[in-house]
Amino acid sequence: MFSRAYKTVVTAPPLVWVTVFLLVPYLLMFCYSFWSVSPAQAIVHSWNLENYKELLQKTVYWETLLRSMWIAARVMVFSLLLGYPLAYFLSFYAGKRKDLLYQMVIIPLWVSYLVRAYAWKTILGSDGVLNTLLQYVHLATHPLDFLLYSPFAVVLTLTHIYTPFTFLPIYAALEHIPRNLVEASHDLGATPVQTFWKVIFPLSIPGVVAGATFAFVLSLGDFLAPLLLGGPSGIMISNIVVSLFGAAYNWPLGAAISLGMLVIVVSLLFFSERLEKKWSFS
Amino acid sequence: MASPITPVIAATPGTRSAAKPALLSVRNVAKNFGRNAVLRNVSLEIAEGEFLTILGESGSGKTTLLRIVAGFETANSGEIWMGSERLDHQPPYRRRVNTVFQSYALFPHLTVEENVGYGLRVAKRPAAEIVQRVAEALVKVKMTTHAKAKPSKISGGQQQRVALARALVNRPRLLLLDEPLSALDANLRRQMQVELKSLQREVGIAFVFVTHDQEEAMVMSDRIALLRSGELEQVATPREIYSRPATAYVAQFIGHTNLLKGEVRGGVVRCASLAWAASLPDGPALFSLRPEHVRLAGSGASGNGSVRVRGRVVHQAFHGATELIRVECADGLVLVVRTASSSAVHNEVELEFSAADAVLVRESPERI
Repeated sequence: MFSRAYKTVVTAPPLVWVTVFLLVPYLLMFCYSFWSVSPAQAIVHSWNLENYKELLQKTVYWETLLRSMWIAARVMVFSLLLGYPLAYFLSFYAGKRKDLLYQMVIIPLWVSYLVRAYAWKTILGSDGVLNTLLQYVHLATHPLDFLLYSPFAVVLTLTHIYTPFTFLPIYAALEHIPRNLVEASHDLGATPVQTFWKVIFPLSIPGVVAGATFAFVLSLGDFLAPLLLGGPSGIMISNIVVSLFGAAYNWPLGAAISLGMLVIVVSLLFFSERLEKKWSFS
Repeated sequence: MASPITPVIAATPGTRSAAKPALLSVRNVAKNFGRNAVLRNVSLEIAEGEFLTILGESGSGKTTLLRIVAGFETANSGEIWMGSERLDHQPPYRRRVNTVFQSYALFPHLTVEENVGYGLRVAKRPAAEIVQRVAEALVKVKMTTHAKAKPSKISGGQQQRVALARALVNRPRLLLLDEPLSALDANLRRQMQVELKSLQREVGIAFVFVTHDQEEAMVMSDRIALLRSGELEQVATPREIYSRPATAYVAQFIGHTNLLKGEVRGGVVRCASLAWAASLPDGPALFSLRPEHVRLAGSGASGNGSVRVRGRVVHQAFHGATELIRVECADGLVLVVRTASSSAVHNEVELEFSAADAVLVRESPERI
């Protein structure tokens, strides 16, 4: 249908882009993860597995990775708990207000990530909006310090930021369900609750899986929220990578951690895609 | 929730004394979508075990009427009764009515047998009973071999059967069918018409069947309710609706007809060059004359009350067993005549029909 030349012209730019900005950096990172740093802080290009050994032996990396996964899991669960009912309401009951409400979910995505993270700092801080309010109505006698610089603050902020990412695929899946299936279910005697669990929810699983994957993967790799709001107890694995590439100047170790993360994330994506396929019927 | 297995004993409304008690009665139902009136004051009764077809063009409101009975739409006014039970205040899942949807609406994540067993499962019937009734229903629609298949793996005709089994397995008092055959090709469609009709006789459940296909309606129904722009034109048996159409619209919608616009004066109808005796009051009158009631006149003497007219053949259309011939007569009168295909037709013909076959019909006023 299209000429060879046309196809080449159209596909070349993205191919070049992906090669230069994705494949080459990954390849470099892969190489770095087998190199080391000399006492004089120079990269030594000798191939060995020392970085990976250190990763497996030092508990600080394991603990941080597990904490990051625990934070990401909580973000995933809370975004699903918020995103699913919202998507369900919008898709089935919002009627004429559907478009307006949809825009209201999307608009926060246009606001800079940093602004939203800082907003939470203002709300959760010891002189923040929330603590001032709690003391004003005498629900607290002194500022609650677990609100900010804690895993709680990180989970809260990430949930706020990533809920739209969970909402969108669920909403798309719900919109995709033919309404006559819902009518057929009612027609066959199923109450609205039975219809939800036997028809609507099973058919929305691909959206739920996609949304859960978004929330988990994006949270797992996040470093700004823990940096701004996490404090010492809210450090995540990406913060370690950042410091290894920065102040600690140990690029090889940082590259090894990054590759480990990459393996985890790619396996997750692979798994979630299989799950989505299994529950798709169109 | 009403149990779908024990039939509710319907108390016969005292006002009715017909041989068959009304199972469902639709009383003065009206429905608007915005300012657009889709149904106006529709009243209809459906008897136990009856096969009633709601026939109408697209946009006549037939599907809306069905959806109101099923409970997917709410009427703006009017009532729906099933025996002594008022239906229109109940949600669809409490009505002992099941629907076969136009696009079948099979659950794509469930197998054929899970689809069929859905109604029994949500009603929490015992597992052994579900297995048995599903198996019986699948035998009835000849789908046993596909019991474990997902709906996407079977053909349209097979999906149709599964949709039927899924509805009938609940033993509803009334089955609603929304143009269930419209997606099938002509051959399969004719075959399904026969199967559906015999299945209905076998199970003895009242069917309300919606279609735009007048032939389908004629073949299958006990009675036809002809809907036009949200109002019922006529409710009658196929024979009656064909031979005694109430309005010009009915006469034209069902089969072919000649509409003759005449004037009655002193017991004589005059229409162009035609004239025949009729005991009707003076004034304008409209008649429907079926093409098969017009004959090519032989040389023999005409019977009593027969009307004769000469004309010229302008068009001849082959319809298989018969042919339809357009004949132009004097004074702009055009008559369509049905003849046997083999008959040789001259250019100039003499036509003959019996005055009794010209059926008086009401004018059908324009409706928007």
